[in-house]
Amino acid sequence: MRIFIPGDSAAVSVGADEVASAFAELLPDIQIVRNGSRGALWLETLVEVELPTGRIAYGPVNLKDVQSLIDADFLHGGAHPLLLGKSDEIAWLASQDRVTFARVGIIDPLSLDDYRAHGGLIGLRKALVLEKISIIDEVAESGLRGRGGAGFPAGIKWRAVAQTISEEKYICCNADEGDSGTFADRMLIEGDPFTLIEGMTIAAIAVGATKGIVYIRSEYPYAISILQKAIDIARESDWLGARVLGTTNSFDIQIRVGAGSYVCGEETAMLESIEGKRGVVRSKPPLPAIEGLFGQPTVINNVLTLATVPMIMAQGAEAYKARGIGRSLGTQVFQLAGNIARGGIVECAFGISVDELVNTYGGGTLTGRPVRAVQIGGPLGAYFSTAQFDTSMDYESLIAAGGMLGHGGVVVFDDTVDLAVQAKFAMEFCAIESCGKCTPCRIGSTRGAETIDLIIKGVRIDENKKLLLDLCEVMTDGSLCAMGGLTPLPVKSAMINFPADFNGVRT
Amino acid sequence: MTMIFEPDFGTPASQHTDQVNLEIDGRLITVPAATSIMRAALEAGIDIPKLCSTDRLKAFGSCRLCVIEVDGRNGTPSSCTTPVAEGMKVSTQSERLDRIRKGVMELYLSDHPEHCATGDECEVHGVARKVGVTTSRYAGTDTHLGLEKDESNPYFTFDSTECIVCNRCVRACDEVQGTFALTIENRGFEARVSSSGTSFIDSECVSCGACVQACPTGALTEKTLLTIGSPTSSVITTCAYCGVGCSFKAEMRGDEVVRMVPLKAGGANEGHSCVKGRFAYGYATHTDRITKPMIRSAITEPWKEVSWGEAISFASDGLKRIQNESGVNAIGGISSSRCTNEEVFVVQKMVRAAFGNNNIDTCARVCHSPTGYGLGQTFGTSAGTQDFESVEHSDVIMLIGANPTSAHPVFASRMKSAIRKGAKLIVVDPRVIPLVRTPGVTASHHLQLMPGTNVAVINALAHVIATDGLIKRQFVEERCDAESFKEWEEFISLSENSPEALELSSHVPAAQIRAAAHLFASATNGSIYYGLGVTEHSQGSTMVMGIANLAMATGNIGRKGVGVNPLRGQNNVQGSCDMGSFPHELPGYRHISNPDTRKIFNDAWSVELQSTPGMRIPNMFDAALAGQYRGLYVQGEDIAQSDPNTSHVHAALRAMDMVIVQDLFLNETSKFAHVFLPGTSFLEKDGTFTNAERRINRVRPVMKSKTGKSEFEVTCDLATAMGYPMSYINGAEIMDEIAATTPTFAGVSFERLDELGSIQWPCNESNPQGTPTMHIDKFVRGEGRFMKTPYVPTDEKATRRFPLLLTTGRVLSQYNVGAQTRRTANNIWHSEDILDLHESDAQLRGVSDGSWVKLSSRVGETIMKARITDEVPAGVVYTTFHFPESGANVITTDYSDWATNCPEYKVTAVEISPSLQGPGEMIETHISGDAQLDSIIRMANQIAANVPVQSAPEIQIAHHLVQFWTPAMIDRLRNDVDHSLLSPLIVRAIEITSMAN
Repeated sequence: MRIFIPGDSAAVSVGADEVASAFAELLPDIQIVRNGSRGALWLETLVEVELPTGRIAYGPVNLKDVQSLIDADFLHGGAHPLLLGKSDEIAWLASQDRVTFARVGIIDPLSLDDYRAHGGLIGLRKALVLEKISIIDEVAESGLRGRGGAGFPAGIKWRAVAQTISEEKYICCNADEGDSGTFADRMLIEGDPFTLIEGMTIAAIAVGATKGIVYIRSEYPYAISILQKAIDIARESDWLGARVLGTTNSFDIQIRVGAGSYVCGEETAMLESIEGKRGVVRSKPPLPAIEGLFGQPTVINNVLTLATVPMIMAQGAEAYKARGIGRSLGTQVFQLAGNIARGGIVECAFGISVDELVNTYGGGTLTGRPVRAVQIGGPLGAYFSTAQFDTSMDYESLIAAGGMLGHGGVVVFDDTVDLAVQAKFAMEFCAIESCGKCTPCRIGSTRGAETIDLIIKGVRIDENKKLLLDLCEVMTDGSLCAMGGLTPLPVKSAMINFPADFNGVRT
Repeated sequence: MTMIFEPDFGTPASQHTDQVNLEIDGRLITVPAATSIMRAALEAGIDIPKLCSTDRLKAFGSCRLCVIEVDGRNGTPSSCTTPVAEGMKVSTQSERLDRIRKGVMELYLSDHPEHCATGDECEVHGVARKVGVTTSRYAGTDTHLGLEKDESNPYFTFDSTECIVCNRCVRACDEVQGTFALTIENRGFEARVSSSGTSFIDSECVSCGACVQACPTGALTEKTLLTIGSPTSSVITTCAYCGVGCSFKAEMRGDEVVRMVPLKAGGANEGHSCVKGRFAYGYATHTDRITKPMIRSAITEPWKEVSWGEAISFASDGLKRIQNESGVNAIGGISSSRCTNEEVFVVQKMVRAAFGNNNIDTCARVCHSPTGYGLGQTFGTSAGTQDFESVEHSDVIMLIGANPTSAHPVFASRMKSAIRKGAKLIVVDPRVIPLVRTPGVTASHHLQLMPGTNVAVINALAHVIATDGLIKRQFVEERCDAESFKEWEEFISLSENSPEALELSSHVPAAQIRAAAHLFASATNGSIYYGLGVTEHSQGSTMVMGIANLAMATGNIGRKGVGVNPLRGQNNVQGSCDMGSFPHELPGYRHISNPDTRKIFNDAWSVELQSTPGMRIPNMFDAALAGQYRGLYVQGEDIAQSDPNTSHVHAALRAMDMVIVQDLFLNETSKFAHVFLPGTSFLEKDGTFTNAERRINRVRPVMKSKTGKSEFEVTCDLATAMGYPMSYINGAEIMDEIAATTPTFAGVSFERLDELGSIQWPCNESNPQGTPTMHIDKFVRGEGRFMKTPYVPTDEKATRRFPLLLTTGRVLSQYNVGAQTRRTANNIWHSEDILDLHESDAQLRGVSDGSWVKLSSRVGETIMKARITDEVPAGVVYTTFHFPESGANVITTDYSDWATNCPEYKVTAVEISPSLQGPGEMIETHISGDAQLDSIIRMANQIAANVPVQSAPEIQIAHHLVQFWTPAMIDRLRNDVDHSLLSPLIVRAIEITSMAN
């Protein structure tokens, strides 16, 4: 008999370690698996018991509940106020369409047996017998797009790298998940690291790369340690190394830890950082696919993009692209955060509405006050008002609505929020996190914050609003990368969707 | 006079050969593929505003002023970072672009002083006007306008308040100079240029000036620009420091140099510079300059200023009197590698025609004479085979006995750039020179040999190449002399030349030699660069031939990226050799014994030249001590400081009756002089310098002569006073005479130089544009000749009494004997010579870091400060010779190269001991006996040991003696020497010379 207590950082932050220790002490003969989180963060610590009929869930479990759970014979699914029933039948989870996150929260993250038992390595084994070009065709056919935010078709990127002749090529996984309100990369790595390794290996074989690098932020120590252990296990089991699963392909992965800079999540700044330089954005062209890491052709994909590849290879492009809407195919791992009652991971097909995410899944605000705004897509994403809640969550619809999907983060604010302050914060964030290379972003962000401050103080409001809009245009059109280019998005959306907050009158 | 303006096309020229057609603002334009849109537009005369781009640096794309629109593409990409594409339609002007540019300039102006210290030099205000912005609408509460200036560097200021963080300085430091001293600190709005967290003077900055050159604002500014003001005219001229020969624009305000700006069109430097050429020119106007002639009847007397006429008569009377008393050969002259080709030509002409003998030598004797001999023997001419640019095409670079980051900094930057792009480097040097490991550069191999064992290492490398089947047979068969190759291959394959056999002498592990040999032989293009660490040895000439052998055996001659390249020490050492400064050669390396060559000069000069070689510098000293050589004219060389075994040199000078020194300053040699003729600085000269790549560059006067005369005029006056009238109206006329008498210069004239910028000789009818790469289809001598290079250890060995080996070199900021650089602010970096030693040697002797030590050899002793470092291995100590007080050459011996007498500066057996006091009197060991005879015996026996010829060595030795020795020396060898002291080969060679007589 095994019980599952998440080792995921979010669960640990609400006491999962203490809960696990308590159970270990009281039930010395029971095997405790520190799985990933199933993503219902509002239910953490979610304790599951493995019974022949399936897993039974209790939650949220606090240290004080441990004894009463034992007393209630939870090991046999005994009744308890925290009993949630069968894990698979919890509606919040059951209604989702878990593809990328299919194994997260279910398996022991570092058990290769668990991984294989849940469909792991099927995709890679399939890829190993395919022509390289067929792998790329499959990924292209699936419609998989970059989940880091830019939404560039993964297959096309891979094809460019595959077609560039070079002795050395790289697969770089961007795990510098710096957007506020996002945590899917971390949860995937902590909950199912082999999926990422498998996706990177497939990418490497497809494009002819032999070296992989995961660039991961230093703020994720647990994810770093899990991933390193998984890489070590993959090496020991002849998956990574000179002969990938016994074939003539060679591939290995190294972890590079970031140093706390947001802009290093921008792909070219990330390459600079991996090369040991300051994290400064490069001009494109050359595209990283042609001249990337150390000047060599490089695939750069987000964790979620790469982690979705094994499933696409295993189940076929058709199965994946059957999900979604328009040109946004497959599923998206949404992350609900901020002032929200039921936060966590919601993976479902593109096309779900903002309202469904925020209200149906999220259950409104945690404070119980009315929702006033949501910011979608991270700190550079747009602020939406409730009037826009029927917007479909897909790449194109969000752009049409003046926003962007970004990395799929949704941050909720109640009616106490002041959007002018939020707009100023966007500029301040840019001023602090800008790499400092291009002028619009380097000076513009500081001038933007100063100008919004004048608007907030009621100084020459119309003049300063005009100046702010002019600045937004210079930043949007003139910036070198998305950091400066997108900072006007939250600012302008706040001005447009919440004009009352910019009239100089404070409430 | 006007300002010379070099246009800036924003990004470097594309090297592609394919052409691309595109349309910019409706105009059809054709440019090489991979050209940036910016460059395509600017070359076509379509202006695009820019601040962060400059054509010496890769595109960066930070200022966002150069944005453009491209039909069918989204957004407004920067034109500097976007390459052209076939059929592309570009617009450089639109309302949207206008708004972006104005918006960006408003942002710049919101954090920039309203009035910049350098006025129009600041491009920010210029571009603002261009895009139509005068003020910024931003309140701009947070600015950098209060930051303090960094004035720590003596030559330039860094004013962060004017900085626009365009990174041009940082990129110039990285890409052009390769030092990586600058960086941007912090992120976002707080991003500021920083000399890596410390002041400029305390940073890694080498003051090359590339950052100042690159800065578009007044943030990095020459201090002279601020004190003197903006220049009003400029003149293109050539630096007078090292053999790189950088081209500069001397920017003038009236008669004053405001700054020296490296010329982008300069063939040698392509817009780069080093601290010496860029900034250390102040010596030219230093108050120490002597501008009036002076004489004295004895060296114990004080100097007396006299008129030019009186000085010349005094000198000529003295010289004539000596010739009357002691014969025509009792006087001679030494020409200078710092003077122009024209000045040198005139000096050797004066000696040969007016003095009537061949006693002319040059300071190249003490540096690169073995290069002349070695490359002459193997390739047929005395010069490097490549241009500097060639190194950028090398896959493997072997660097032997040279420290380019200090001694040839601008070339070092090119080399570093090639290495950063992937070339592999093999360093052969006793010291851990910076190129062994420096930012962006890690040598693949450092063969850290013991001083004096170069030939052992080159032989071991060649042995591996020969015995591991790595010889490029096809090249050798097609291009080289088969007989000499066969004999060489047999010789080099002998087990005595294996790395294992030679490891004991060289201390280089055999496995490392083998790996390095394989790396070099595997190169598509392998090049060899070397410096005085090769030549200044008793086997200097042997080593040069060994290098030539290696290049031929690996097929690395006759195209870009390969070759044998001596890094010449002085600005015109190549030229002074070309101009006939050696006693056995007329201009163009033609032997004095050749009647056809002599006829050209006899006819041109209406004289009858002597047909036998004259005295070399060491012969002059020996003869002086023997009372046979009594008068000397020395131009621009401080032999009393720079030549080895100072006490010997001083004794010889003291023994002379008429020493005439022509120089900028009183120097060590002038202490022994009777006549001082003031010379001119490079800023006053009208002529040419020839650099290490055979490039003839114009030296143009930027100010009038401070002495009232040109230097060649003074030489001509002396010749005339000696009874042989000489005169020229200008440098051009002298060059015309050189061209008329010297086939390799036949196509050279000042007019042609003005037209082409520079010319690499040979320049004649078949190569009217000059010759960047030599020996392309065949060697100058026809077939390349392999020479046997037996390793003969130097007699200068570590002994129980002198257990350490001293080797000498240079630092970046000082130059040679320091006469120039010591009179500039460069002393801030290096104000005294320091003795470097390894910790184990220091501990053994109780020497601590920074303490005084006594350094002694068998010829003398001196006192210096010690520095404990792992840059030298145990058993080796190192110092520089920039300061007369340290007297490094008091220690060095008069051992020299067997073929050319180039001194063995690089190996002296020494001992060190702690000293309680600083430098006082330098102690010179007294010389006794017949020094001349002793040195003749040693030189002869050295030739016997080293002669690289396979068959009939005695005939070859006899030939060598007749070619390079004066008849008087051969006579002494024949008549005055106990033949039992001589090698049997020498005795037989003497018999042959007697028969020939």
